[in-house]
Amino acid sequence: MMLPDLNIIWYILVGVLFTGYAMLDGFDLGVGALQLFVRKDEHRRMFLNSIGPVWDGNEVWLVTGGGALFAAFPQAYATVFSGFYLPFMLLLCSLIFRAVAIEFRSKEDWTWWRQFWDVAFSAGSLVSSLLIGVAMGNIVRGIPLDADHEFAGTFLGLLNPYSLLMGITTVLLFAMHGAIYLTMKTEGELLEIVSGWVPRLIGFFLASYFLFNLYTLVEVPWVLETVRARPYVFLVVAANVLIVLNIPREIHKGREFHAFLSSCTAMVLMMATFGLTYFPNMVLSSPEIANSLTIYNAASTQKTLGIMLIIALIGVPLVLAYTASIYWVFRGKTTLTKSSY
Amino acid sequence: MTVEILARVQFAFTAAIHYLYPPLSIGLGIMLVMMEGLWLKTGNPLFHNMARFWTRIFALTFAIGVATGIVMEFEFGTNWATYSRFVGDIFGSALAAEGIFAFFLESGFLALLLFGWNRVGPRMHFFATCMVAFGAHFSAVWIVVANSWMQTPAGYHLETMSGELLAPDHIVTPADLTTVRAVVDDFWAMVFNPSTIDRLTHVVLGAWMAGAFLVVSISAFYLLRNRHLDFAKASLKVGLGFAAVASILQMISADFTAKGVVRNQPIKLAAIEGVYETVPRTPMTLFGCVNPDTGTVFGPKIPGLLSWLAWGSIDRPVVGLRQLPSDAFLRAHHPEAAQGEMPAIRKSYWPNVPLVFQFYHAMIIVGVAMLVLVIVACLFWWRGWLFDTSLPLTRWLLAALVFSVLGPQIANQAGWFTAEMGRQPWIVYELLKTSDSLSRVVTANQVTTSLVLFGLVYALLFAMFVFLLTRKIQHGPDPEEDSKEMPESWKALIRTTPRA
Ligand code: HDD
Ligand code: HEM
Ligand code: HEM
Repeated sequence: MMLPDLNIIWYILVGVLFTGYAMLDGFDLGVGALQLFVRKDEHRRMFLNSIGPVWDGNEVWLVTGGGALFAAFPQAYATVFSGFYLPFMLLLCSLIFRAVAIEFRSKEDWTWWRQFWDVAFSAGSLVSSLLIGVAMGNIVRGIPLDADHEFAGTFLGLLNPYSLLMGITTVLLFAMHGAIYLTMKTEGELLEIVSGWVPRLIGFFLASYFLFNLYTLVEVPWVLETVRARPYVFLVVAANVLIVLNIPREIHKGREFHAFLSSCTAMVLMMATFGLTYFPNMVLSSPEIANSLTIYNAASTQKTLGIMLIIALIGVPLVLAYTASIYWVFRGKTTLTKSSY
Repeated sequence: MTVEILARVQFAFTAAIHYLYPPLSIGLGIMLVMMEGLWLKTGNPLFHNMARFWTRIFALTFAIGVATGIVMEFEFGTNWATYSRFVGDIFGSALAAEGIFAFFLESGFLALLLFGWNRVGPRMHFFATCMVAFGAHFSAVWIVVANSWMQTPAGYHLETMSGELLAPDHIVTPADLTTVRAVVDDFWAMVFNPSTIDRLTHVVLGAWMAGAFLVVSISAFYLLRNRHLDFAKASLKVGLGFAAVASILQMISADFTAKGVVRNQPIKLAAIEGVYETVPRTPMTLFGCVNPDTGTVFGPKIPGLLSWLAWGSIDRPVVGLRQLPSDAFLRAHHPEAAQGEMPAIRKSYWPNVPLVFQFYHAMIIVGVAMLVLVIVACLFWWRGWLFDTSLPLTRWLLAALVFSVLGPQIANQAGWFTAEMGRQPWIVYELLKTSDSLSRVVTANQVTTSLVLFGLVYALLFAMFVFLLTRKIQHGPDPEEDSKEMPESWKALIRTTPRA
């Protein structure tokens, strides 16, 4: 049997890291986006504490994803982050605000103080989700690259309608995911409120997702061609829609955990759709397709990819083990105690 | 201003702000391990109380450390894209390893440390505390490995993007940068490059000092104010003991670090000591100022000291800037330059001498002052005067200890500025110039915008941090919580009753 080459392995591993990020930080970004929709201080505290022990670990998936991209595909790392300079700086600022808001909010009980950090937390989460979506949208659509693989577009060019729609879809996806997470973590009155949101958010998300897919077929010609050559992608998309539709069913039956698993699976399937269609590109250049970065011309040497694989083989099982244990220790409904936020 | 200057200012600013917090987490992490260890060992609830109070302070510094760290992780791509392309093969793996080995460990167990008091037993909690401290040290390891490789690159060779090997003495020109890159050929030689061990030891000890003196400072403050006395005395003892050990070791490590710089980066050493002429029995200037035009340094000097510190022999000279970089180096890098141009070209390979001289000397002066301070404090402790606040001398000493928290922070910052500015104009020593490593597509306006943005956000963060820290200190530890909220498994550990 022939082993898949290291570049493909790293394409998958980087994908796994970013999928892990979307799946995990997705729900706490979603919780953040929903924070302002509840008014009572106690409810807001429940929101914060439901993600309290895990949000930082979730964000590490992004940091590690960034590090892995740097190590495995430095050309893609350099092109994307220097090309998306300003949106990226905004993203970093939003992430900073929401991170410190979680820590700061409950330290004082003045109303204005809490209100300020609630807004910071919520706006930070919303803007982060939106910008992550916009960045993804541009990657899918393709960005102008020159012969040296440097970004040749403009800031405003990044804010095209297609990518903005992707941004909105991402916000809705994370909000839906966050609301489902909250159904696992809350009880009583708050659970009722949150459960009421879920079907609506699913509706919004599916509508947006549908629009986005249609728009993709019109706006991004290469997708249609690729999918024609790789028809199995359709199966993944169909499975995705089915699994999203399964969520309200599970909630209805009171199986919040299953609902959450479905939502996680939906995220994995969406990323798989992207990964399967995009392969072997890392950063697609449009209109000059020939200037694209692929998993071969963007990659580090085989030696580094090999070393990194060893690092991943040692590190990833450890990471999975303690991530799983932390989620296990903090399973069940959130309760407020003295060491809570 | 040029993009280069702006990007450097931005990097320096964001790194310097980030570096206010991790040393505290690294140092406090160790202090938490000690306090919780003492609680498990002695069963004295005072230590439990201490661990809880200092954990809250830890949580605060950690949160801001994380928030400012995320910026750093991506700044290589945003501002230094050419650099990232050139060294990604080598540098990226250290950064990725930091994520996988350090940050996951730290953030995972932090959840248990902060929120696990009622969820896991004392031993598991202690284990989590150890893992958090361990994780914090691990992030220092990988980031210092990455940075040390930039200071003293090793274990690599140059090749073209299509994989052709270049000669070891190939000189990288700006035109090369789209086609040439550095690739790893020996991972362990990269990790253990000539400066890693010295610098890692020095950085970690600096972080220990930062954490220890924070504890010392807040405890001394309580003593002076006559508040939480039992708590303050116990904290001060633990803090002071650790501070003493770290400060003494730091002097030894500093000597190794400086000797390393003599061998690996002679230009940096000449610059930070202000040595222009090569003279036998090279003196060391204790403090003073440099006149870069004449190449002279004013200030008290000890003859032969620098030679002795550098080489262990007072007769061997430390090479001065007038001979650095060597003629052979200059000829190789500037084959078409006329002999008369050489002095000017040579100067372009020097860092900003007056500035790095001052940063370096600030670090040494503060370091020695910290050492003297802990030794005096330990003497007081030994004589039994340290906690007797009726003595005026003790009150003076405690007041000095309250301010001592600034010392390690100043030394740490000054040290990094020495190290980073001292290696200019190189971003990767004698391989890649800082001016060649910018992102080509990023404009001055963009960098200015983001610099202003981060300036505002970080100013707000810093103000909040100081404010919340002050409030936490004013609030102090709460003794109630033990008896009421402590779970049974924890209560079972209590063996002695607190004195107060
Ligand atoms: C509490 C902190 C602290 C204290 C008391 C000292 N240092 Fe330091 N120093 C650092 C914290 C630090 C640091 C922040 O950790 C640096 C910055 C980069 C590095 O590797 O360590 C550093 C760098 C640094 C460098 C540059 C290393 C390089 O460029 O690679 C030298 C030569 C010294 N130190 C030497 C000293 C001496 C002779 C000291 C004297 C008494 C001293 N340090 C005290
Ligand atoms: C956290 C402590 C650090 C501080 C306070 C610090 C400080 C600085 C300063 C002052 C500069 C500007 C030098 C100049 O422009 O003259 C700089 C530049 C830089 N440093 Fe650091 N640094 C730190 C850690 C690191 C680490 C760990 C790395 C790499 C892993 C690093 C990589 C760089 C790079 C890439 C530049 C830009 C290029 C340059 O100007 O040399 N720094 N840093
Ligand atoms: C320029 C180089 C640096 C980069 C790219 C960087 C990157 C980061 C990132 C991404 C985080 C957040 C991790 C999380 O989400 O949990 C972080 C936090 C941290 N960094 Fe840095 N860092 C740099 C410099 C340093 C240095 C020089 C040290 C120590 C010597 C250090 C030690 C830490 C520690 C201990 C944390 C955990 C948070 C805390 O304890 O405050 N970092 N860093």
